[in-house]
Amino acid sequence: MIMSLSRRLLLATCVAVAAQVSGAPFAQADELEDITKAGVIKVGIFEDFPPFSSAGTDLKPQGYDIDVINALAAALGVKAELVGITGQNRIPSLTEHKLNLLVSVGVSDERKKVVAFTAPYAPYSIDVMGPKTIEVKSAADLAGKSVAVNRGTLEDTSLTEVAPAGTDIQRFNDYNGVISAFLAGQVQLMVVGNDVGASVLAKQPDIQPESKFQLLNSPSAMAINQGEDRLLAKLDETLATMKKDGTLDGISKKWLFIPLPPEL
Amino acid sequence: MEYSLDFGALLQYLGLFLEGTAVTLGLTAVASFLGVAIGIGGAAARVSSCAWCRKLVAGYVELIRNTPFIVQMFFLFFGLPAAGLRLSALQAAALAMTINLGAYAIEIIRAGLEAVPLGQNEAARSLGLRTAHAFWLIMLPQALANVYPALIGQITITMLESAVVSQIAVVDLTHVADFIQSRNFRSFETYAVITVIYLILALLMRRMLVFAGRGLFAGRAR
Repeated sequence: MIMSLSRRLLLATCVAVAAQVSGAPFAQADELEDITKAGVIKVGIFEDFPPFSSAGTDLKPQGYDIDVINALAAALGVKAELVGITGQNRIPSLTEHKLNLLVSVGVSDERKKVVAFTAPYAPYSIDVMGPKTIEVKSAADLAGKSVAVNRGTLEDTSLTEVAPAGTDIQRFNDYNGVISAFLAGQVQLMVVGNDVGASVLAKQPDIQPESKFQLLNSPSAMAINQGEDRLLAKLDETLATMKKDGTLDGISKKWLFIPLPPEL
Repeated sequence: MEYSLDFGALLQYLGLFLEGTAVTLGLTAVASFLGVAIGIGGAAARVSSCAWCRKLVAGYVELIRNTPFIVQMFFLFFGLPAAGLRLSALQAAALAMTINLGAYAIEIIRAGLEAVPLGQNEAARSLGLRTAHAFWLIMLPQALANVYPALIGQITITMLESAVVSQIAVVDLTHVADFIQSRNFRSFETYAVITVIYLILALLMRRMLVFAGRGLFAGRAR
């Protein structure tokens, strides 16, 4: 009988603990209120993802995402707390409520099952880039042209899929090789993400490579926990305002050297 | 974590492997012929009486033998366009390999020349041969015979080092392997296959060159 009682106690404790653990998210009925009350929004950022988010010369994070986060926090009337995350741990960190918000998230059906997405706020695309003098409008125009690409990347596979016969695809080991070959004129075109493209535009303003066409377009959105409808509405509203008043356009020109694409 | 080997997955890339092998062999052939030619010319200059020829060649040898091959190649491919000279990846690779082998060949052949007894030259001259004739007909054949094994070794090294040209997107054997491996992620099988191909190429090339040497230097002690 004594054994049984202690066993029951143990069981009861377990149940209580389990209820508390699993019940925690439901206790925070409204995350927007919690954020406003605490005066802090915790945002997960990549620490090495220029020009969206990386350490500046003063070792403080800087970039497109950081500027957007700061503008967003100001609109919410709170302080932004930036937390370094990795691609592997960021969604669990959000769903475990260690963070309130993730930025630079590619929208996918799988992710929609676990998080809620805001409207897209940043362009993210894989572009065929080249100098103004070369006429290329679509994949069909690539025949007879030389194109540099980073081997084995999404850029490589996307390009290989659409390139017509007669395209001279030159595969390099890293982005440095791709960019150097392009800047030295060893290839006519290159395929890079707009994040990499922006760093080229930043360093070689006189060559002025432009995007000829997009191989893949997947604008980044922000992600929050599911069921936080008030927070989502507030974020979407703020982003809409930032698009309308030109704040996002300014940030895009500052970090990506292109105006905010109209479809955003 | 169990990894099951699947070499069958590489069969569809047979054509690519052959293509890469052909490029590696072609580059090696070009570099060997031109490189050894540079070696002979350079070695002649190094033992000539022309002081600035000797200095020029010494400078070239020191520059090439004391810098990494990949840097020399990157300079030709990525650097020279800034000076207005644009070489294709294949041209830059062939040139880099030639220049590199040339510098080593100069030193090898010079050593061979120095090993030929001076009396050979003096005898040739006293028989009425001019300096150039004495060099071509008497000194050089003996010098080459002296250092032929070392030359074969250097040519083999050049072939194996040519793997580096994959870095400037020349589709050689290594580039082919990198490409296939980035598509099917079967790195063990892919690199195992090219390791065997390189091994066979190196062994065959050595055999052929040794065989050719027996004909070229027939009747000599070495």
